[in-house]
Amino acid sequence: MNRQEKEAYLREYSVLKAQGKPFFPYAVAKDSAMACIVMLAIILMSILLGAELGPKADPTTTTYTPRPEWYFFFLFELLRVIKPSELVPLATIGVPTVCMILLFLLPFYDRGAERRPERRPIATLAGIFTIAAMGYLTYMGASAGPPTQIDMPTPAAIIAQGPKVVQQYEAGRQVVAQSGCLACHKIGENGNDGPGPPLTDIADRLPAAGIQRTLLNPTAPMPSFARLQKDHPEKFNALVAFLGRLKSG
Amino acid sequence: MPKLKLPAPPLPPPLRPAPKRPGVPKQGPLDAAADAGAHVVDWVDERTSLSGGLRWMMFRKVPKGTNWFYTLGSATMFAFLSQAVTGVFLAMYYRPDAAGGAYESVRHINDDVFLGEFVHGMHKWGSSVMVILIFLHMARTFFFGAYKYPRELNWVIGVALLILTMAMSFTGYLLPFDQRSYWATVVGVNINGTGPLVGPYLSDFLRGGAEFGATTLSRFYAIHMMLIPGALGALIGAHLYLVAKLGTTAPPWIKAQPAEELVEERA
Repeated sequence: MNRQEKEAYLREYSVLKAQGKPFFPYAVAKDSAMACIVMLAIILMSILLGAELGPKADPTTTTYTPRPEWYFFFLFELLRVIKPSELVPLATIGVPTVCMILLFLLPFYDRGAERRPERRPIATLAGIFTIAAMGYLTYMGASAGPPTQIDMPTPAAIIAQGPKVVQQYEAGRQVVAQSGCLACHKIGENGNDGPGPPLTDIADRLPAAGIQRTLLNPTAPMPSFARLQKDHPEKFNALVAFLGRLKSG
Repeated sequence: MPKLKLPAPPLPPPLRPAPKRPGVPKQGPLDAAADAGAHVVDWVDERTSLSGGLRWMMFRKVPKGTNWFYTLGSATMFAFLSQAVTGVFLAMYYRPDAAGGAYESVRHINDDVFLGEFVHGMHKWGSSVMVILIFLHMARTFFFGAYKYPRELNWVIGVALLILTMAMSFTGYLLPFDQRSYWATVVGVNINGTGPLVGPYLSDFLRGGAEFGATTLSRFYAIHMMLIPGALGALIGAHLYLVAKLGTTAPPWIKAQPAEELVEERA
């Protein structure tokens, strides 16, 4: 916006303002009506949806999936879109930070004098695209149901090893489901594809000892399972045993 | 109804009320109340000079053509006020004690306190309403080009308000200290930890150490109810001051019409 455009805008605006109405009571009346609608919406939501309190926080066992407040779903889903592990910091912090900086500096790089949305196609399309992307990611995050069970047949090779192995396998499967691993990992058809790698055939890539090491010293954002090992060693061992048997074929 | 007149008490002459001076108009109780009100306003104004600022704020002109989209900003502020009020009531019962007191106090609010679950629900769902409203307000500002000259600074403050609102939601999520809030926050803090350079320090700062523990909860509590609300309040003040000073934009397709007498002249 050059000096001439600025002056033209200020001139135009002062005319529009002079022809307008005083803030009180005209705008105040509209604002108050809107405030009543907002209050009513909050009260209705509170009555209809309540304030549910889940089970008490327990750092050892976890029968939950770590899900953020719904309006963070789009950030959470972003992690699943960006797969390679070296790009994870980029997805977690990089993209949001860049978006924030772009948002902060918007008036300093978009300096055109035009204000009508249909005559600023780049800005308008970028805005619509951003809203659509956020809406889509939020929808994806919301529809990825709470994965608390793993639905897959026990492989024949495991059954052949006798009931004791099957029992340990089933116990491990239970621990995996309850620990919320499926929020970030995929096992067969279950769980979310990312940000963690799929675990369907993890045992092909890592021996059981390696899996145990990863569980105890994970790379962020995966939580550590050291507390589980300390407090419930049998659950932890079942977890390692289950993951150590996830082989392809 | 006939007027009731009390008989004059038998007072000694110096204590009797002075007879009314002739010529002064009789004052009814309404006149007296109006006088008292004007007197109070004068008293306050003599000491603060607030009336000028109030007149500047309330009787400024709003440009032609503003519509319902322009109520989203004040609606967001109203949602914030609702959060502040319900938050104060929750703080009267809440204990930031990770050993179990936090969960227990929220359970107490929900189950025992009169209207406790209702106020807790208003605070919880009010945050969603506030986030929706702040995004709608931002969308209006963006599509109407209202961030352009001379309102750049107000846009920057608005983005800061958006980030603080999201931070408010992130820190508030942990406070009930149930499974959901605990694990979501663990993951959230770990995600912060993956950031380049400052990441590990940021997540150490949020946790209050290397481990997720008692300090973490009191830290989140302090951030949630002192640090960010203070910043939010101050920035909302600055945002509002700039809105009043620069004026709200008119919708971009509204064009200034020349004054009527000029139009007639031309015709």
